[in-house]
Amino acid sequence: MTIASSSPPSLPLRGAEEAQTGPGPRRAAGHEERGDGRLAAVFLAPALLGFVVFLLWPTLRGVYLSFTRFNLLTPARWVGLDNYVRMVNDPIFWDSMGVTVVYVAVNIGVQTVSALAIAVLMQRLTQSAVLRGIVLTPYLMSNVVAGIVWLWILDTQLGVGNEIVAGLGFDRVPFLADETWAIPTIALINVWRHVGYTALLLFAGLMAIPNDMYEAAKVDGAGEARMFRRITMPLLRPVLAVVLIMTVIGSFQVFDTVAVTTAGGPANATNVLQFYIYGTAFGRFQFGYASAMSVALLVVLSAVTVLQYRLTRAGRSDLG
Amino acid sequence: MATVADTTTVRRVRRRPSVGRIAAWAVMAAIVLVTLLPFYWILRTALSTNTALAARPGDVLPVGLTTGGFERALGLQSAEEAIAQGGSGGGLRFWRYLLNSVVVSTLITVCQVFFSAMAAYAFARLRWRGREKVFGLFLAGLMVPAIFTLLPNFVLIKQLGLVDTLVGVALPTMFMTPFAVFFLRQFFMNVPREVEEAALLDGAGRIRVFFRVMLPMASTPVLTLGLLTYITAWNDYFWPLMVSYSDSSRVLTVALAIFRAQTPQSGYDWSGLMAATLIAALPMLVLFACFARRIVSSISFTGIK
Repeated sequence: MTIASSSPPSLPLRGAEEAQTGPGPRRAAGHEERGDGRLAAVFLAPALLGFVVFLLWPTLRGVYLSFTRFNLLTPARWVGLDNYVRMVNDPIFWDSMGVTVVYVAVNIGVQTVSALAIAVLMQRLTQSAVLRGIVLTPYLMSNVVAGIVWLWILDTQLGVGNEIVAGLGFDRVPFLADETWAIPTIALINVWRHVGYTALLLFAGLMAIPNDMYEAAKVDGAGEARMFRRITMPLLRPVLAVVLIMTVIGSFQVFDTVAVTTAGGPANATNVLQFYIYGTAFGRFQFGYASAMSVALLVVLSAVTVLQYRLTRAGRSDLG
Repeated sequence: MATVADTTTVRRVRRRPSVGRIAAWAVMAAIVLVTLLPFYWILRTALSTNTALAARPGDVLPVGLTTGGFERALGLQSAEEAIAQGGSGGGLRFWRYLLNSVVVSTLITVCQVFFSAMAAYAFARLRWRGREKVFGLFLAGLMVPAIFTLLPNFVLIKQLGLVDTLVGVALPTMFMTPFAVFFLRQFFMNVPREVEEAALLDGAGRIRVFFRVMLPMASTPVLTLGLLTYITAWNDYFWPLMVSYSDSSRVLTVALAIFRAQTPQSGYDWSGLMAATLIAALPMLVLFACFARRIVSSISFTGIK
């Protein structure tokens, strides 16, 4: 683990030993004989307070609210499965779910392939630190900034992106104002912001592959393509799986870029789930229904995580 | 001597530019261009006038060079002046929002990292009943997508009467994130026990040991975590959008989105908008310029989530 390198000279095994011992029977550690219960309470208090009040309680409450009718002004009223029945019969919800899935597919598809390409280039072509800094720069911008910049670049009449399209002899594309183009465009804007971050995660995984393997393969006359298939991919797979799960979960939660560029339009073409949820809660004050849809999203995300974990066998590496 | 010569020949053979290598460099160059050009385009547009932008949208250099966009974004122009130049007349009270963003991000970062470090220490080094169970609960918290807690948290902040206050914006992430606790616990567990025991034998209490020995030793991971937390807090949009309604608690991301929504009748004030975007992005660019190496290397830490 990389953290060890940032610590002062240490015995890495210590931590592992410690973890195994756990709280169980008291060890003969001299002055620690009686345990540190009281002190632990003091050290833990703020974090535990935050955990219970702003994470645990809201999670339970979110599930509870999904079974109620609640408009913020009057107390929540239990309505059983009403919200879920409504959800199943709500064409806008399903439409919104469809839009989100298309978004995730384009976003994750393009981002993963590009990030992998960038990571491999950073590993095999040049390990320049400057380059790593450059690809990460967009990540430092907020989604709002990224959204607005690309809104301008892709503007149909005045955007330089469309100047280039027109210069190449094509018709101008109303990237963010067209029902077909809007979602892929937003997906690509978010690729622009996140691809460097994803590439660095993969790059960290690539750096763990011993260089000797590539040298040996080269001696055997293997080319870059072959080495990529036979060494890089199999050994990177566990890291790739974790990164995929992380990015897919993030991708499903898309909101900012949509809010800033298209606000769900044109004609609900970019009405991603999180945007619909937000509108339901803050536009129509239907917090109960909005919570039910949040729960649906949570279920989808959990299912995706489990499925991906299974499919990619994230726990196991090829060379054990 | 011979072997040295041999290896250099091998090196040279490997480095001879092949078609593949040239293509790879071309791809890399294209990636760098696509990554960086939007930043230049922000600057180029911010320094142009709206009328000139409409006439010459593809010019590489600023057209009709002016600082009017920046003046509008900072609210330095009178409304008439701004409207004459294609602005909406509605300014961006930049300094106010900058201050709000700084207050919120600093509050979140300092408190979250400090409290998480305390909890991490309790999980890594103190011995108490139920430790593993509580830690397991924290780990389970990693599984809950942040977005799921936003709605209920809004309801809570509303009930606490903290809507539209800076504290309300900062509060939910001020105490901890499961990731921060997990990350620092990992570090504390790797600090050799002897270091701590030496201090304890000298008669220092646990609290003193934590502040005088453990925290200073953890300065690198703490700084790493702090930078990541600061960037995340600074760039957050969804949560502040929910809880802040007025200038008193409005942060830069929200202000920028509102500035974009104030579309003048005649079309966007692109020059002013890009100036505002640049100003809003500047603090992060400066932070990146100062800590680039550390931020880049810290990214790989987040992969252990």
